[in-house]
Amino acid sequence: MPDTPYTADEMMTIAAARMLRNGAVCFVGIGLPSAAANLARLTHAPEVVLIYESGTIGSKPDVLPLSIGDGELAETADAVVSSVEIFSYWLQGGRIDVGFLGAAQIDRFANINTTVIGDYKTPSTRLPGAGGAPEIAASSGEVLITLRQTRRAFVEKLDFVTSTGHLDGGNSREQFHFPGKGPTAVITDLGILTPDPVTKELTLTSIHPGVPLEKVIEATGWPLKVAPELRTTAPPTENELRVLRDLQARTARAHADEL
Amino acid sequence: MLQLSEAIRQHVHDGDVVALEGFTHLIPFAAGHEIIRQGKRGLTLIRMTPDVIYDQIIGSGCAKKLIFSWGGNPGVGSLHRLRDAVEKGWPQPLVIEEHSHAGMVTAYAAGAAHLPFGTLRGYLGTDLPKHNSNIRFIECPFTGERLAAVPAIRPDVTIVHAQKADRRGNVLMWGVVGVQKEAILAAKRAIVTVEEFVDRLEAPPNSVVLPSWIVSAVCQVKGGAFPSYAQGYYKRNNAFYKQWDKIAVDRDTFKSWIERHVTGTKDFDGFRRSLNQEAERA
Repeated sequence: MPDTPYTADEMMTIAAARMLRNGAVCFVGIGLPSAAANLARLTHAPEVVLIYESGTIGSKPDVLPLSIGDGELAETADAVVSSVEIFSYWLQGGRIDVGFLGAAQIDRFANINTTVIGDYKTPSTRLPGAGGAPEIAASSGEVLITLRQTRRAFVEKLDFVTSTGHLDGGNSREQFHFPGKGPTAVITDLGILTPDPVTKELTLTSIHPGVPLEKVIEATGWPLKVAPELRTTAPPTENELRVLRDLQARTARAHADEL
Repeated sequence: MLQLSEAIRQHVHDGDVVALEGFTHLIPFAAGHEIIRQGKRGLTLIRMTPDVIYDQIIGSGCAKKLIFSWGGNPGVGSLHRLRDAVEKGWPQPLVIEEHSHAGMVTAYAAGAAHLPFGTLRGYLGTDLPKHNSNIRFIECPFTGERLAAVPAIRPDVTIVHAQKADRRGNVLMWGVVGVQKEAILAAKRAIVTVEEFVDRLEAPPNSVVLPSWIVSAVCQVKGGAFPSYAQGYYKRNNAFYKQWDKIAVDRDTFKSWIERHVTGTKDFDGFRRSLNQEAERA
């Protein structure tokens, strides 16, 4: 264990960052995925290629963007292309290894909802909607998802399917002949869930240090499958924590502007 | 080359289908305010990423329908005026037609190409087609693959903001350019506001240039994308986006803000002065 204490959110971002291999071409969602992907770039994966849906290819932001099209993303990119080009040629064209998404709700087969909580016409919470997610989920080689684990987010049944994961489990995703193989891991503040190779049901395969198993079960809205050989996630290293905190401090300073 | 107020008067009519495009960058705020000032009604608004300016236009009662793929205040949260219109019909009901980004860019590209529809590998397995009859599926005539189809977007008028134009009205933009070029080419009429007029555009080959003969009006509005940004000119004002949440959450606060700063001012310069005066008093 490192000497420095760390938060559950830091563990989540660090665990998510570790999933991204050096050199991967990654289509990045805003928020938690963007923090994790940039942490990966600043630690073990300096050659990772970060693509944002505003059309920036190879962005190397010094601070985390508040919006998906911040100037920082364009100024530090290898190339900036139009919206038509990014979605048609790069994403649909099969150039993306990893789609990195967040979600408001997720089900046991890693289908995700970013549209509404409650009824579509009279929602209890109206979320921004699909954005790029449905086609990122369909066309990226694989998909990583990161979100905080709560019963409100990990639900038995989604209120709305915005992006297709493993659909109804088993081989059901195959009916669509998607180019990508779908979600391969869900990284939360409590642990890491991966789809069972056969049933495709999300299974807790790694638990973060110090998190009681009951807490993960309690935070899941369906009877959670736990791997027989449950691993414990390696705690954050001093370097991972330092780089993440520096990044977040720079970000906070940069966005604390005045009118 | 026109005053913005004159361009909006000539080219935006009640009931029009209007796209004010911009993907977090170069958002045509000044033009959106002029639509509010002139009290346009019954508009169908199109935009991939409706954000604060659409919240303002919708809350001011100018729109009856919104076609979009991501609606929010980026990095902050919900658009309260949009939600109020959809869920409670205030100040008037708003019909929504919801897509994904890939669907919207395909529809714009089809509009620019003057095709009836566009096709993409998308939407399969999602609930979007259940709520949007403009998302349909076709079989590829060559491979049999099931593909999504969306009707072309053909706005009556598209409005964008760009960095500069030359004296003849040729427009140059760079940075995150989104779907602006397609949106202009898909439209019957086009209005562009620019940061500045220059004698020579000095556009490198292959730049995003909108030749003057595809644009109906070019208007200079310095800072016209505020509080979004214009690369090479000014940064995004993140503080405004955060403040907007508090202004828009309440109907009365919203109304008095619009009356004080938008309908109560003559133009975008007046709006900026009014905001600055309020900030100084605070």
